[in-house]
Amino acid sequence: MNRRKFINGIMGIGGLGTLGAAVYPVLEYLVPPESAEPNVSSLKIGKFSDFEMNSSKIVKFGRIPVIVVKDEKGMMHALAATCTHLDCIVQYRKDAKQIYCACHNGVYDIKGRNLSGPPPKPLEQYAVKIIDDEIIIKSQKS
Amino acid sequence: MKQKKIFQFIIAACFIIFNTSAAQNFDDLKEDDNCVSCHSDMEIMPEGFLPDNIHMQKGLSCSGCHGGDPATDDMEISMSEDNGFIGVPDRADIPGMCGKCHSNIEFMRTFRPQIQTDQVSQYFTSMHGIKLKEGDENVAECASCHTAHSILPAKDPRSTIYPVNIPETCNKCHGDQELMSNYNIEATQYKEYSKSVHGIALLENKDAGAPACNDCHGNHGAMPPEITSISHVCGTCHVNNMNLFESSDMAKGFSQLDYHACEQCHGYHNIQEPGDFMIGDNEESVCTDCHFEDDEGMQVAVSIKNILTDFVSVYDTAEAKLHTVQVKGMNDLEIEYLLKEARQKLIESRTAIHSFDPAKVKEISKAGVELTQKAIKDADSEMDEYYTRREGFIFASVALLVFGIAIFLRIRLISKDKG
Amino acid sequence: MNSFLDSKTFNWLDSRYNLDPIKKLILHKKVPVHKHTIWYYMGGVTLFLFMIQVFTGILLLMYYQPGESSAFESVRLIVTKVKFGWLIRNLHSWSANLMIFFAFVHMFSVFFTKAYEKPRELTWVSGFLLLVLGMAFGFSGYLLPWNELAFFATKVGTDIVGAVPFVGEELKLVLRGGQDVTGATLSRFFGIHAAILPAIFTLILIFHLLMVQRQGMSEPEFFKKLPENKKKYISFLPDFALRDFLLWLIVFYFLIFLALFFQWDLGLKADALAPAPQGIKPEWYFMFMFQSLKLLPPHIWFIEGETFGVLFFTFAGLVWMLVPFIKLKSEKFQKRNVIIITGIVVVAFIVGMTIYGYLE
Repeated sequence: MNRRKFINGIMGIGGLGTLGAAVYPVLEYLVPPESAEPNVSSLKIGKFSDFEMNSSKIVKFGRIPVIVVKDEKGMMHALAATCTHLDCIVQYRKDAKQIYCACHNGVYDIKGRNLSGPPPKPLEQYAVKIIDDEIIIKSQKS
Repeated sequence: MKQKKIFQFIIAACFIIFNTSAAQNFDDLKEDDNCVSCHSDMEIMPEGFLPDNIHMQKGLSCSGCHGGDPATDDMEISMSEDNGFIGVPDRADIPGMCGKCHSNIEFMRTFRPQIQTDQVSQYFTSMHGIKLKEGDENVAECASCHTAHSILPAKDPRSTIYPVNIPETCNKCHGDQELMSNYNIEATQYKEYSKSVHGIALLENKDAGAPACNDCHGNHGAMPPEITSISHVCGTCHVNNMNLFESSDMAKGFSQLDYHACEQCHGYHNIQEPGDFMIGDNEESVCTDCHFEDDEGMQVAVSIKNILTDFVSVYDTAEAKLHTVQVKGMNDLEIEYLLKEARQKLIESRTAIHSFDPAKVKEISKAGVELTQKAIKDADSEMDEYYTRREGFIFASVALLVFGIAIFLRIRLISKDKG
Repeated sequence: MNSFLDSKTFNWLDSRYNLDPIKKLILHKKVPVHKHTIWYYMGGVTLFLFMIQVFTGILLLMYYQPGESSAFESVRLIVTKVKFGWLIRNLHSWSANLMIFFAFVHMFSVFFTKAYEKPRELTWVSGFLLLVLGMAFGFSGYLLPWNELAFFATKVGTDIVGAVPFVGEELKLVLRGGQDVTGATLSRFFGIHAAILPAIFTLILIFHLLMVQRQGMSEPEFFKKLPENKKKYISFLPDFALRDFLLWLIVFYFLIFLALFFQWDLGLKADALAPAPQGIKPEWYFMFMFQSLKLLPPHIWFIEGETFGVLFFTFAGLVWMLVPFIKLKSEKFQKRNVIIITGIVVVAFIVGMTIYGYLE
């Protein structure tokens, strides 16, 4: 009888352990990760008031780098930051107030239109909204 | 003074006629304009006539160029010299004929305020214009490129001067071996161009931003780019390369030897997509055209080549690793970003070779190699994680083993009890 | 167990619902012990794997988003961002494969021990339907991650459906939700995989299990012939159930091991315009059919080779399903041997073609 009880005890411990080993991953699984959306459709990128005038910032919009510019009048612009020529990352030039690609001197205006140099196409535009001083960019593709 | 006023009056009158007839379509013209009505009835409209060519659109009908009086249907009167009828113009007269309106800014700007009116004067600076003046009737005049009766603005894809159509337009004459032999020039430009990186972009990929003939040779002032200006011609688009080259020692050497800047290595009409094979001491390298085995230039070429090859080989490794990470379903986002930046550095290093200074190339490529190595490191650690997702496995193994053994013993116990 | 039957809860229920059948099952169900007892476990293992499928499938549903632009991305989210997401996904994939495998083993063991014979004809038929549905589960589920291989395999698979005579094209159209494999196909397959198949499968499974409980374990011929005192039995509860459970634990452990050490690739996102990648192969349980179809000449008599193949497999499947009802008239043939030889030929064909398909 003693032996039976002993085995039952071990069975209980092993059973609990097994249950734990199965339940723990499941519980962890159920906690959603920080960005539970498989596709980024909008992104908060910081405070409008913290963003300097006539400056820019590159943010990661999912897999796409996006350049966000606050022009000297305080208007916000967001454009895909990959140059349409050879996919280099573009930058904002404060002096010329234009978007510029260092690889082959491609130049775009603040709305992303290709002005000079090799880029064949304009940069894709992103919508920018400011809600409660929070800058939010949104993809315009459906 | 008085003359000028009369002229302005005529222009104003024309403008009214132009404007009212602008609304008319070609069918209306058939009724009102006796040139059009007779010639279309008799089916002797000029070859290639396009009813909605820009002149017709704006209301300039046959008599605008050919003279005569479209108001009367009596041929004797309408096509009389008294009425200014000129019939088929001499080729030599065509620039002047077009220039009557197109060189007059006061008239032309009524159609488009920012329009240019220097085409004719530019034309006479071009080789075409010079030869025409000399009495050569085989050279191109306005209608050769713009056509006579189907003129369309450059933005219209049907136009002979729409960017994608320009090479074909020039090739009409410049591809004619017989005609070109009179001038001692080749007739192979189009063939070469269409296989070039620019030609493929323009003709095959229909990238209207890619340079057509006129982007290097000019439009109305078409001339071969002079040796001194070639780097500026290329440099209008390839600014970085031009700046680097011009401040390099190579530029000085080139100018002493009367070498053509960009063209010397890249060619001209048949410019191919450049690659790392172009530099170094290998056979395809353009450096070997002038430099020999152990001269200083060749050493520079080889050291730049080595910098690029090293960069490319780590970059390729990193890309292969990124691919594995992606296929295995591990987190590839950061690695992808790093490689994007690294790729940019690779492009920049390739541009930097135009300084012909290994130190400059090294400086840029070093940053790129660092980024690439970071990407490799991240990829490796992702793959490590992929293979070591097993910490919990030990615990699970122990628990399952204990449970299993307990059940096994229990089974034995029962069978013993019964046995 | 007896303590449970004496418990207040059981009595409360029993006085209202008359639980005699359950009482009988618990007290009297016996499992014969002989050299083929091992095969009695195969159905149970298949059932266990199905339960794992249901459970991990529900978990995957919490993050999976069907749709051309989100399916692949959501699976990537599961395997990269969600904690233990990779484990759940790998368990689901591996358990699916093992389930089909054990279903096959279960089916052939029943076949060779002739357990399908009277009175278990309908159990056999329902079991066969479950296997077909299981394969349909596999086929529809394979597309859901929306990666390159899945995309093209589905293309090939649905193309074969198009070879069915008369209704093939229509069937293909309905299955694909359009002329081609697109996002619409994905939506359909998701619906089939996560709603339609589970509903039908569960109904048939309940029927299958009820039949088994109603009729008890089948006894092979030689066992039946033994004198009563030589027949050995163990009780279903707890003896057999404990053994069953132990085996489930072992299978579960094996499953975790596979999920850890042999993870499934995420692959590259499907691109309809990309050229088909090299070496598109169906899942292993379709391989023997796929390979046979490939080997057929373009024309057999007056019909297309592929159509012939599809007809052949449909016919063969029907015969296989109705095997308990086939009566051999001629007594000259020992029916038993004919059946056994047929079975061996079928197994040899399936195994041979599968191996051939992978070697090629």
